[in-house]
Amino acid sequence: MTEHSDFDNVSGKTTTGHEWDGIKELNTPLPRWWVITFYLTIVWAVGYWVVYPAWPMLWSHTSGILNYSSRAEVAVDLANLEKIRGDKMVVLGAAPLAEIEKDPALLALARARGKTVFGDNCAPCHGSGGSGTKGYPNLNDDEWLWGGSLDQILQTIQFGVRSGHAKAHESAMLAFGKEGVLKKDQIVTVANYVRSLSGLSISAGYDGSAGVKIFTDNCTSCHGDAGKGNQELGAPDLTDKIWLYGSDEATLVETITNGRAGVMPAWVGRLDPSTIKALTVYVHSLGGGK
Amino acid sequence: MNQSQTAKSMTHGEAGLAIVFAASAFLCLFAAAKALDTAFAFHASLACAASLWAVFAIMNRYYDRPDSLPAREINGRPNYNMGPIKFSAVMAVFWGIAGFSVGLLIASQLAWPALNFDLPWTSFGRLRPLHTSAVVFAFGGNVLIATSFYVVQKTCRARLAGDLAPWFVVIGYNFFILIAGTGYLLGVTQSKEYAEPEWYADLWLTIVWVTYLLVFLMTIVKRKEPHIFVANWFYLAFIVTIAVLHLGNNPALPVSMFGSKSYIAWGGVQDAMFQWWYGHNAVGFFLTAGFLAIMYYFIPKRAERPVYSYRLSIIHFWAIIFLYIWAGPHHLHYTALPDWAQTLGMTFSIMLWMPSWGGMINGMMTLSGAWDKLRTDPVLRMLVVSVAFYGMATFEGPLMSIKVVNSLSHYTDWTIGHVHSGALGWVGFVSFGALYCLFPWLWDRKGLYSLKLVNWHFWIATIGIVLYISSMWVSGILQGLMWRAYTSLGFLEYSFIESVEAMHPFYIIRAAGGALFLIGALIMAFNLWMTVYAREEEVTAPVALQAAAE
Repeated sequence: MTEHSDFDNVSGKTTTGHEWDGIKELNTPLPRWWVITFYLTIVWAVGYWVVYPAWPMLWSHTSGILNYSSRAEVAVDLANLEKIRGDKMVVLGAAPLAEIEKDPALLALARARGKTVFGDNCAPCHGSGGSGTKGYPNLNDDEWLWGGSLDQILQTIQFGVRSGHAKAHESAMLAFGKEGVLKKDQIVTVANYVRSLSGLSISAGYDGSAGVKIFTDNCTSCHGDAGKGNQELGAPDLTDKIWLYGSDEATLVETITNGRAGVMPAWVGRLDPSTIKALTVYVHSLGGGK
Repeated sequence: MNQSQTAKSMTHGEAGLAIVFAASAFLCLFAAAKALDTAFAFHASLACAASLWAVFAIMNRYYDRPDSLPAREINGRPNYNMGPIKFSAVMAVFWGIAGFSVGLLIASQLAWPALNFDLPWTSFGRLRPLHTSAVVFAFGGNVLIATSFYVVQKTCRARLAGDLAPWFVVIGYNFFILIAGTGYLLGVTQSKEYAEPEWYADLWLTIVWVTYLLVFLMTIVKRKEPHIFVANWFYLAFIVTIAVLHLGNNPALPVSMFGSKSYIAWGGVQDAMFQWWYGHNAVGFFLTAGFLAIMYYFIPKRAERPVYSYRLSIIHFWAIIFLYIWAGPHHLHYTALPDWAQTLGMTFSIMLWMPSWGGMINGMMTLSGAWDKLRTDPVLRMLVVSVAFYGMATFEGPLMSIKVVNSLSHYTDWTIGHVHSGALGWVGFVSFGALYCLFPWLWDRKGLYSLKLVNWHFWIATIGIVLYISSMWVSGILQGLMWRAYTSLGFLEYSFIESVEAMHPFYIIRAAGGALFLIGALIMAFNLWMTVYAREEEVTAPVALQAAAE
């Protein structure tokens, strides 16, 4: 430890003369480029303060010579966006749904709007391609629970299914097992009958006449005599190959025992009317629209 | 106890602390019994058990120790206190491995969501704070405490102040980690990023941290050197500022003294401002100032060269201290935070660029005259590369604070990449370098078990970091561009979910990078274990040194 400057042979520089646990410090001046760049950043910052809002004062703050405000900037951006969208969305909002599909320009607009809105709002349940998953219908096929015409799709999107909205689709499938309407063995029997409707294999020991009877007594009021379903009640067609929850015996037994009551939210009020229209046209155009 | 020991008496510290812990055990038992939620009951029980253990440990030490406490000096040479440092260094390795593993898990969850296992305890939302706290506070914190206690003793030529106090700091701090970490898993959080622990954990940390400050400060006061070494300025700035940040960001009113839930005193945008004043300076003072202190001791020591510039160290120290504290608002660009505050956050971040680089220059240029050592000493290489990553991250930071850049980068993976170039490259590597130095010093070994393994660690981890940050740059910028893309009709080009789908390959690459980083750390843990436990003749360092030189 010495209080006097020391000389470092390797660098040819003096040290400060301090030493801690063998560590010394060179007496190197500040690198010039470092000092200059540091000053430049300070000058730039001061300049920025002059131009933009920067320092808090007693009651307000310095507003800068540009009088900039990020809120005003957002307003300008939104106004510009409206300009790009122009009156087209207004036209879309006013046009009847059928007209939109006939007008190529309006259709392109509705599909472009619908696609992003679908991705941000519908895809979490229906999948980004609208192909659905267990409990959430596929929107690409031509099987519709509540109808696949433009007006029916609009109705469903606006008010949802069992959403709590007064105009929502309400009817639900009864929990035949839980409510004590059918016994366990009856449920297995009718499940097999339902499987037979679409030509699926049935398990050994199945009593066909009992199946018909149980189905007729309990199911036809919604699903129809032939099991073809009823879109007024959201009752699916049981004779095709499309299954919302699954077609294996165990799943069908579960469905019949506990019933089914999937929920879709109402979008009216959450999306503006012209956006809902665009979404309707988009869903209708996915491939299964009637 | 035989008769010869009757002359021995308990110190005030021993007796006082034992009584305090006995009272605390009783209080915690009471709290556990009255607890309103299971998490609080669990934590109170843990604290009760820990208090009882502390009473036992204090008594046990008293009966085992000689009549007098260890001398501050023996034959005119300082009698350094290495026990708490060893503990903290080992805990650093342990928490590092734990934190990196959880990081790898949550990175994999983002690529393959099934790995959330549909359990609340293993969901991303709970594991993410576990990861950040484990790497920042548990790993980083233990490295900082271990190195600061080592460096302050060596550069002050004074034994660590206090007798039980240093042990209280290291064990108390790790107990805080335990409470915080188990709390996250049980869903206890105050939902403030990097400040998730609830009120009782915060209170405990305050007590531990003030003790830490006192131990450090009193050691400096008792120093035998006329001047205070630069590393100690940085350590002190880190300790003091973290105390202030912790108190500023965490004032909360518990719903009940017997429940884990509390409400923060601040509300709305003021809360956001406090949060990011805290959050950014946790980066600035915990992850920067503290680790610069490590750099200022371990690089000159390892390179056996003087610190490049004393003047630069003073100027950039004070510039960092003054400027960093203003930069927090850049986390809140384009939010409800007033424009003037955003401006200040951005401009101070820009001015911070050169002061940050002052540390990089001093770290790098300390190597002048010793560059050849980089070829033969992978530990030094790790330390120097950490400084390079520091330089990169502290350039990228000011860049991202510029509002137009931020409008693209904010909320994207670019931020994650930026944080990790600093966290893995700078904090990780400088910590590994310091641990590789510390273990042989603390356990009086001639050197590391294997320098060759250090070399492996270096390259595997470096490749991991490169994979991590480059995948996050690409995915972040891609994300930002997808979010802002408009069609000619004036609608968003992509829905959010499409941007999520586009991230998938990058999330896999990122997880692979994280896996490599973890493998590197496991190699380090093995190497350090063998350094301590392998017989001396097995030490292969000289051979490996030659091999590395070839």
